[in-house]
Amino acid sequence: MLVAAGGLLLLFLPVIADYLGDAYMVSLFTRVLIYALAAVSLDLLIGYGGLVSLGHAAFVGIGAYVTGILYFHGFEGEPLLGIISGTDNALIVWPLAVLVSAVFALIIGSLSLRTSGMHFIMITLAFAQMLYYFFVGLETYGGDDGMSLYARNRLGGLDLCDDRQFYYICLCFLVLFLIFTSRLAASRFGLVLRGAAVNMKRVRSLGIPGRRYKLTCFVIGGAGAGLAGALLANQTEYVSPALLHWTLSGELMVMVLLGGLGSLFGPVLGAAVYLLLEETLAMYTEHWMVYLGPILILVVIFAKRGLYGVLAGREL
Amino acid sequence: MILFVEQMLNGLQLGITLFLMSAGLTLIFGIMQVINLAHGSFYMIGAYVGATVAVASGSFLTGLIAGVTAAGIVGMIVEIVVLRHLYQRDHLDQVLATFGLIFFFNEITRMIWGKQPLFMDMPLWLQGNIELLPGLIYPVYRIFVIIVGCLVALLLWFLFSRTRLGMRIRAGASNREMVGALGINIKLLYTLVFGLGTLLAGLAGVMAGPILAVESGMGESILILTFVVIVIGGIGSVRGAVVGALLVGLVDTLGRAFLPQVFRLFLSSSVADGVGASLASMSIYILMAAVLIWKPKGLFPAHE
Repeated sequence: MLVAAGGLLLLFLPVIADYLGDAYMVSLFTRVLIYALAAVSLDLLIGYGGLVSLGHAAFVGIGAYVTGILYFHGFEGEPLLGIISGTDNALIVWPLAVLVSAVFALIIGSLSLRTSGMHFIMITLAFAQMLYYFFVGLETYGGDDGMSLYARNRLGGLDLCDDRQFYYICLCFLVLFLIFTSRLAASRFGLVLRGAAVNMKRVRSLGIPGRRYKLTCFVIGGAGAGLAGALLANQTEYVSPALLHWTLSGELMVMVLLGGLGSLFGPVLGAAVYLLLEETLAMYTEHWMVYLGPILILVVIFAKRGLYGVLAGREL
Repeated sequence: MILFVEQMLNGLQLGITLFLMSAGLTLIFGIMQVINLAHGSFYMIGAYVGATVAVASGSFLTGLIAGVTAAGIVGMIVEIVVLRHLYQRDHLDQVLATFGLIFFFNEITRMIWGKQPLFMDMPLWLQGNIELLPGLIYPVYRIFVIIVGCLVALLLWFLFSRTRLGMRIRAGASNREMVGALGINIKLLYTLVFGLGTLLAGLAGVMAGPILAVESGMGESILILTFVVIVIGGIGSVRGAVVGALLVGLVDTLGRAFLPQVFRLFLSSSVADGVGASLASMSIYILMAAVLIWKPKGLFPAHE
């Protein structure tokens, strides 16, 4: 019910925005959709896999940088490494962003999953920071300042520079990813994953290679984040190392928590609430963070199921 | 050669700062099993209070004591108000709640002290350089930091191996259920350990005051380094914190100083500097990854 209502709202948002005469709303909600995509991918990791990764922002950043680098080489400089000429064709760039993020997730995941608990949290954080410093050092691509894209990617006959068309593309991707992940979560894969998160030894004693499932989950999450990154690069027409900073990982986690851990649809609500709060509170007071901090603490201590849990009334 | 010794001393000094941060945090991780992302905030609180009091009173030492005390007291309050509810929770909850604390503290300092960085003057008796070895001129203040750090390390060693409180802390790091079962007031112990940790962080912050700018968010950069130190050293182990801190301090400093020059041997100057600087920033994370692959629990894990 809640999902249907939310879906309808998102579907008709540009119409509502037109009616209210507020074009900025479309842009704002596009951001919400993109962050929601990243948050849902993180929820898959944390809520189902029990993998608390403080380095998830790295995959968002990688997706964004793939987009940015390919754009850069297509329009500004010589081909990358002398052979790969850049492009702004979304049909090439976006799958590539997903693929590269997935590969990095595979590498980082296989190293990090040797550890667990607190060590896992910190090693994922450290890998993300390592990549952050790596991109800060890439002077050709702007280093610390980042680089601008002068236009969004091209996708077939559509004009992505039109905010409304871009909004619907992002909505499509979010919906597709949600369908995919909820099917995944309800399948045998999801069952094994949840079991492995609770008691890995028992899963392995049943003869199931639990670690492989966790790694697959990590890679899928990373791929989703990579797609979000590519879309974000398009939306803001700018990429910078800040997208890899651990504070973004933290923000994504906040969205997942606010929305409801393990609910997959919840993080969409969480992303919306977080970003909208950021927008509105910032208008009233410069120091809105001083309220957000304690609110967050209270939510963690008392309202564990998040907004989605409270509104939908489900046991998670 | 002189440059090398000088950089070694710089690395030692960074290592000492990291040790002060990580000794407390590793105990908090090890005994209370709580991930505390807000540890950097206490570093910041120590720096802010220390700087303000030092400027107001004109005395560096007063500022030092004030900063350290403030960090300790705020730490204990935070432990009682927030952290107590998180011990039984899973790590995600702890990450998020302490993340909330970071937001709060960063903003509060901005509200109280404004956005401009504070500057703390180095006290007159610590200014200037001295000649340690023929040709090696080194700032007095950094030597002061190194000495203070070593003293603190000695004090901690004395606390842990020769006092009852220290014995209980070590027991708690190894097996906290047993400690509780033996009738020790665990709640008080936790509060004291947390206060000790934040006190040390505050000390690191005050001492960093004259060298770095005191600003909101200064805790975050040192926090990540602290995490790396603890992961390398082993959670719950102060000995690990010492070794980890020195390793990280030396690798980071020597890397930044010498990697660009190493690369200059076979790359063009500007590229070498860029690659060298980048790799130097990444070096400690690479070190951490290498240690974790070899010893997943760190170099000296406290036995659990």
